[in-house]
Amino acid sequence: METNLTLIDEVIGHHGTSREALVEILRELSQQSGYLTTEAMEAVAARLQLPPSEVHSVASFYSMINVEQLGEHVIKLCQDAPCHVAGGREIWETLERELGIQFGETTADGNWTLLPTSCLGLCAVGPVMLVDEEAYGNLTPAKVKSILNRYRTGGEA
Amino acid sequence: MIRARILISSDSLSLSRGAEETKLAFEAELSRYGLLDEVQVAYMGPADRTDALPLVIIYPEGTRYGPVTPADAAYIVEEQLYKGRVVEQLLAPPEMLSGEIAHLPGRTGITYAQKRVVLQRAGSIDPTDIEEYIAEDGYFALGAVLSDFSPHAVVETIKESGLQGRGGAGFPTGLKWSFVESQQSAQKFIVCNADESEPGTFKDRLILEGDPHVVLEAMAIAGYAVGADQGWIYIRGEYGQARERLELAIQQAEEYGLLGDNIMESDFSFHIHLHAGAGAYICGEETALLESLEGKRGIPRIRPPYPTVAGFRDKPTVVNNVETLANIPPIIHNGVEWFRSIGTEHCPGAKVYTMLGDVNITGLIEVPMGITLREVLDIYSGGMKAGKTFKCAQTGGASGSFIPPEMLDVPLDYKSMQEQGASLGSGALLICAEDTCIVDLAYVLMRFFQAESCGKCTPCRIGTTRMLEILARMRHGQSSTEELLALEEIATQVQELSFCGLGQAAAVPIITGLRYFREEFEAHLAGHCPAEVCPLDKVNQPAPETIQHNYL
Repeated sequence: METNLTLIDEVIGHHGTSREALVEILRELSQQSGYLTTEAMEAVAARLQLPPSEVHSVASFYSMINVEQLGEHVIKLCQDAPCHVAGGREIWETLERELGIQFGETTADGNWTLLPTSCLGLCAVGPVMLVDEEAYGNLTPAKVKSILNRYRTGGEA
Repeated sequence: MIRARILISSDSLSLSRGAEETKLAFEAELSRYGLLDEVQVAYMGPADRTDALPLVIIYPEGTRYGPVTPADAAYIVEEQLYKGRVVEQLLAPPEMLSGEIAHLPGRTGITYAQKRVVLQRAGSIDPTDIEEYIAEDGYFALGAVLSDFSPHAVVETIKESGLQGRGGAGFPTGLKWSFVESQQSAQKFIVCNADESEPGTFKDRLILEGDPHVVLEAMAIAGYAVGADQGWIYIRGEYGQARERLELAIQQAEEYGLLGDNIMESDFSFHIHLHAGAGAYICGEETALLESLEGKRGIPRIRPPYPTVAGFRDKPTVVNNVETLANIPPIIHNGVEWFRSIGTEHCPGAKVYTMLGDVNITGLIEVPMGITLREVLDIYSGGMKAGKTFKCAQTGGASGSFIPPEMLDVPLDYKSMQEQGASLGSGALLICAEDTCIVDLAYVLMRFFQAESCGKCTPCRIGTTRMLEILARMRHGQSSTEELLALEEIATQVQELSFCGLGQAAAVPIITGLRYFREEFEAHLAGHCPAEVCPLDKVNQPAPETIQHNYL
């Protein structure tokens, strides 16, 4: 993926070049372009006058900042106790079976990445998963299959 | 001829809580009594409340029942529509609470509604319109403070109110403010901890989404009290909507002269900045939050010095949780006496809880400090889900302790819980029925801590991994008595030696799990899961040697 220097300038222009803005700059870049390339992190380091290793260290610390390329659709399933008690285990197994990958992996065709996530604060309707930015609650294995099919057939749900 | 009409709420929440089954039960029971020609059953739109769904209104009397289960429906038909008597114990709780909550076994007697202090406006005003907040006494407390209070008087008022930090630790808020007040420094800061990430907790999100101005007003009051002119809200990165509401609220407050330079034409200036996190549970720990606010990895600092001495940018800083701050304007506006009339002597005020798990009603309640878990269960969460019995609760999110049935009557407040070796924490109440396996639950909780450990100190980084490995083997029926003893030892070490609260809390589910449910751990050693939840392996399968991160 090409590093979009215009986007970097734009985001830094908004947040400024202070050290304190680093986390927000990296999060926004990651959200807008999917993940951070080494070049992008180096460009941020140069503009904020920080060592590239420092930028990578911060980027890799936070779960909302990706330093690796993910699939076209990213599924994040809540793995915490309230969702687990509400039936999260079956959903976990269903997702792995349906997509043929384990959590933490991306499908060979690059369509799906499956990740666990910490509490999304939607516990009252657990189990909950995010497909990209869209939240789905009260999940059952059947509901998961139908949601996946909607994305597979091209509709954005 | 129709003589009565039954209306059942049919919004999605009601439907998810069984409104359809309730409607069918009404129809079946009416037909059994031959009343179908006289009584009409229909759905209505969304009810104006969420605490008692599905809500049923019966006309012509206008009786409001809720939450109504299919079994309740049958009883209501027999009593009210056949015999003509109102079923008092099934009535929906009134909207407002007055007086103290008495112990109420079961669902008999009168039920009380919630006591709303910080959630008084959430859900009843438009959070995107500052005028609605002002119309409901918003910014009056700030005005009163600026015109009638010296900064020191504000600190004293909060001290006298007895308000304790609602983020989990329960530290006296007024005392924290007085520490910062007494620091000689030209620059001080107010930081609002809105990095709510404790599993099972979403109270701060609802406060911020439903009533964002109350937090801004409180921060300005705090700034005036301790001598700070800058405030920062560190909001969890995932909370997009709350962030937008806050951005708008700050902008509106500045336009109205309620934030910014010379607030309400006084000498006091206060500016609020927003900083969104990027996904890290540890950043809820106040010193890790300050590191993250400075653009670094969220790794806790050594204390002392405490943030009240050297916090953000090494300046004296008040770090308060969202719910704590939301209590400030009501205390100033209604007075200390009013606040102390709610709750208990040692823990005044109300507390917001999130009810989750195997109960009929899940969601948010705000009730006075000191009510018991049994009361929450019976009154607000509508009891256990059909056919299930209470096994344990976990209070305070992942880092909370297990509460066995014999502790159901311990008052929920910081002091009483502490005396029982439990913690109130952030207010998450996860209720588990008998079909929950403690080992499985401990495993899920440990998986969370293992993933969220920041890696700074060895006891937490290695200890959580080792505990997770042992629990994983236990779930597969491949552990031993020696390992159980090792688990106990590691848990104690992690609790005593970890650098910050994350590691200290990570061991709590293991320690309290073993305290109350040791026999269940032992059953797994013998290859048996009493709740039939764990994926016990066939005897001859090789044991999983190392842990694969985040696998189930």
